Amino acid sequence: MPGKVAVVSWAQTEYREAHDATIREMVFRVAREALDRAGLTREELGTVITASSDYWQGISCSNEYYLDAAGGYLKSGAKAEEDGALAFMYAFMRVASGHFDTALVVAVTKGSEIPPLATLTHLYSEPFFQRPMGIDDVNAAAMQARLYMERYGATPEQFARVVVKNLGNARRNPLAFRKATLTVEEVLRSPVVADPLREPDVAPGADGACAVLLAGEETAKRLTDRPVWVRGVGWSVSSYYLGDRDLLDGSLPDAARRAYRMAGITDPRAEIRVAELCEAYSFQELLWCEQLGFCGPGEGARLLEEGVTAPDGDLPVNPSGGVLAGNPYCARGLVRIAEAAAQVAGRAGEHQVEGVRTALAHSYHGLAGQLHSVVILGR
Amino acid sequence: MEPRILKDTIALPYQWALGPVNTRFFQEFKERRIFGTRCPKCGRVLVPARAFCARCFVPLDEWVQVRDEGTIKTWTYVAYSYVGQPMQPPYVSALIQLDGADTAIPHLVAGFDLSNLEEVRARIRVGTRVRAVWREDTEGTILDIRYFEPV
Repeated sequence: MPGKVAVVSWAQTEYREAHDATIREMVFRVAREALDRAGLTREELGTVITASSDYWQGISCSNEYYLDAAGGYLKSGAKAEEDGALAFMYAFMRVASGHFDTALVVAVTKGSEIPPLATLTHLYSEPFFQRPMGIDDVNAAAMQARLYMERYGATPEQFARVVVKNLGNARRNPLAFRKATLTVEEVLRSPVVADPLREPDVAPGADGACAVLLAGEETAKRLTDRPVWVRGVGWSVSSYYLGDRDLLDGSLPDAARRAYRMAGITDPRAEIRVAELCEAYSFQELLWCEQLGFCGPGEGARLLEEGVTAPDGDLPVNPSGGVLAGNPYCARGLVRIAEAAAQVAGRAGEHQVEGVRTALAHSYHGLAGQLHSVVILGR
Repeated sequence: MEPRILKDTIALPYQWALGPVNTRFFQEFKERRIFGTRCPKCGRVLVPARAFCARCFVPLDEWVQVRDEGTIKTWTYVAYSYVGQPMQPPYVSALIQLDGADTAIPHLVAGFDLSNLEEVRARIRVGTRVRAVWREDTEGTILDIRYFEPV
């Protein structure tokens, strides 16, 4: 049985179209802030795990460029490719195994410095079959959305309601990039990006960095009066080729099952108080809710329409505004974890949900969600 | 101080081995024949042909020809621009399951007026039957099929 591990502190930059600071300066800022909040010195810190990507930075060995800025000078640092949630898993295991007492997780992307998301994710496609056909993150998600409409009768109006809710929630998050008071009609009048998805259905790229500090049980209790325990983690990867997969039944149920089993959760809808999901495209919030077991297949929109996922609902989803409020690509998964931790600790400020004992953070990576990860945090 | 930006472009050449299975697949493709490989364990015909079934985790060597006609499993109307896209937007990108295959391949659907989304929506939907439109001068790449057109 691994030792108990807690999130003891976290720090985020604001999410913006462009930060003037360099990647190194942004990383230093969040790493230093997370350590300071816990009262831990850089010398005392055990290990540093980061998430970034060479493609997404334009600098190869992307982590070597900033690992010392993350506090990693003369430490055993390592990188997870692209998804900050995976860096969190890696750091969690390093502490749970007892090899390190503390681990700092840092993830960063500057969307303002790199080619657009569609151009970069087009390179995810192998060069023989998918790449010549232009398969990228956006059109893969749009095809997933079409299938969702076809199989369950979901509608663009329902997708628009996710946008309205999340950008509305973002108004109470001072760090959010895109925040707005919108109507469903306004969303439906926006230009089509990849039918059935319109501009507001697609998360906007952003600059941002996030850091999360993990510690073993005794140290966590010393560093904070409100340790947020990592109760369960799970991740799972589906087939590579889009055409091999059922785009509506991928690896998320498996990732969730693993995390729930570890956390001892049998009824997620009743036991989880708040969830931060990676909805890079509006409709995905509905689909992910279903695959996380919050409701049955095709019932995600009903959950939204009944107000269950609203900030004052039984199971608020993305009270921070989610990824639709800003997509700092490699950092977005770690941001979900930091936001979920803030909810459990009662430190989420204006978008705090009442009475949070258990929170879920979700992330995904790869076209149409090839790899999903789930983290359960609790008091 | 006014923030300053440094600009540069990175352009690097790559070359990828096709491997024996893709090489044979595209040799047949050049002759306008499409092949998959059947998994002896799950029985699925995987298209394009491949060396192994990643789920059953067994090697594959039974080559099965499938038709160049099939069904649209899902599609989108691409109205945005990015580097490396297959044609000027707007265009239709789709997953197409060829007759005889158990998996779908990504390809373009065209051969009619693509300028108006409403007309495209009226023309194609999930389940629409399509057939390959081959190039005259095939070269042994996936682009030997120019696009699929509604039957």
